[in-house]
Amino acid sequence: MMDRDKLSVLAISDSGFIFDPVTGHSYTANATGLKILELLKAGKEEDEIKSAIMDEFEASDDEVTVDIQDFVENLKKYFLV
Amino acid sequence: MKKEYIKPYIKRQSAGVMNKFGVTYNKGHREDIEGIPIGRFTDEFGSPVFVLSEKVIRERYRKIYSYFSSKYPKAKMSWSYKTNYLGAVCSILHQEGETAEVVSDFEYEKARSLGVPGNRIIYNGPYKPLDSLVTAFTDGAMVNLDNFDEIIKAEEAAKKVGKKVSVGIRVNMDTGVYPQWSRFGFPIENNGAFNAVKRISHSEHLHLEGIHCHIGTFMMDPNAYKEAVKKVVQLMRKIEHEFEITISYLDFGGGFPSNNKLKGTYLPPEVAVQPVENFIDAVADTLLDELAPDEYPDVYLETGRAIVDEAGWLISTVDAVKRLPDGTKSYIIDAGVNLLYTSAWYNYKVEIDRELHGAYENSILYGPLCMNIDVVAESAFLPPLPKGTRIILSPMGAYNVTQWMQFIRYRPAVAMIMEDGKLEQIRRAEKLEDITGPEFVPDKLRKFNL
Ligand SMILES: Cc1ncc(COP(=O)(O)O)c(C=O)c1O
Repeated sequence: MMDRDKLSVLAISDSGFIFDPVTGHSYTANATGLKILELLKAGKEEDEIKSAIMDEFEASDDEVTVDIQDFVENLKKYFLV
Repeated sequence: MKKEYIKPYIKRQSAGVMNKFGVTYNKGHREDIEGIPIGRFTDEFGSPVFVLSEKVIRERYRKIYSYFSSKYPKAKMSWSYKTNYLGAVCSILHQEGETAEVVSDFEYEKARSLGVPGNRIIYNGPYKPLDSLVTAFTDGAMVNLDNFDEIIKAEEAAKKVGKKVSVGIRVNMDTGVYPQWSRFGFPIENNGAFNAVKRISHSEHLHLEGIHCHIGTFMMDPNAYKEAVKKVVQLMRKIEHEFEITISYLDFGGGFPSNNKLKGTYLPPEVAVQPVENFIDAVADTLLDELAPDEYPDVYLETGRAIVDEAGWLISTVDAVKRLPDGTKSYIIDAGVNLLYTSAWYNYKVEIDRELHGAYENSILYGPLCMNIDVVAESAFLPPLPKGTRIILSPMGAYNVTQWMQFIRYRPAVAMIMEDGKLEQIRRAEKLEDITGPEFVPDKLRKFNL
């Protein structure tokens, strides 16, 4: 299970600008990244996130699976989860 | 309609940190090589595949030879086989007029088998088996001797051939570059070279005709060639004076750099590497300064990588995407250090076959070998690459298709784009029989039950 507490405090703007009031770091993300982040913040599981992405975007199951994992790894790198 | 999918990314903003140099060397994609789409190479020959360009080889050669011959009247060039001895590559350069420069019995036989007459071969190198010297002397090849034992071996070979034969000596010297390549040839500085000449001049079987040197490879400073030319001409004068010998050729080897990016250099090669003309100027201008017109000997260059490096690419394919525990993005591609000998000292140019969106990251390219050392690029600045993306690495024409090894996997095909735009396979991918062919399994080992 990943720790999502840190995500809950993030301020996320529609334009992709993300601010972490705890650390003072800011981030930018693209539309796909933002979508995943919102869904994670809302407590969704990876499978649900995947279907949501595939409903909205033209992409294969395999590709999205790998990309979500990679995105989460990236969040870990930034200590956001 | 669903929206176009772009790989997700998130990136921390860091204020005030800029790339140290404004140039991002790896940024860019290429959809074709000389008009042929990247996918066609892999469709026809599989992945990975080496690609060479006939046009670029000829252009590079002509540029160097025409400049050299416009500056020195008796300019000659000899193709350094070890740089790339694929039959097609050597044949292009022989068509252009280059003789063959070989450094082993195998290379000698290969040149002969391509149709190069023995008296159009320069035979160099620190180890020449006796039989190969006999062949070379019989054929009338130019043989440059490396050490005193080899002088004795050459006498033995000449005796077998039954005639007095011409030889050259390889010399080394301090040209101000470090490290000095002192393990090849006779040193000029402590009279080693002079003593070798003295020894040869007493020989009933040998006759000294030339002086050869090769001061190093990927030389960054043309001044080293000025030094080399001065010292070799001085030696020539001294020899001609003391022994009444006429030196008919000088050979300054290879060593001019290609537009590749040496590890540890920050500037891109377009900035860091001087144009090849500067190196030729160093050789030719110094020769003209030092020599009187009636004493001009033939002068050879054995330029290797500066001719062929930029005529080659390797196309490989992303097989897996991995994020390392420390957050670094990495890719596993299907070509490793087994094929890319030069990855040890170059940071190749990395291009991808399509335009991709997403945040660029410094990424590692790993090869397919089950070995920790199999790192093809330590830090390539790349957008997120989907599996299946083709990666084009260059320059790739020098030393890889000779120094590659058969380890774990088959060596791939090599394709050549011909001047008329046709695509030819010049070496097929290896098969099991290529590797097991020379093996024998003793009878008693043939049966087992598992
Ligand atoms: C004797 C000799 N000649 C020519 C060459 C070709 O050198 P380069 O590729 O640096 O031009 C070499 C390479 O090491 C060599 O040893």
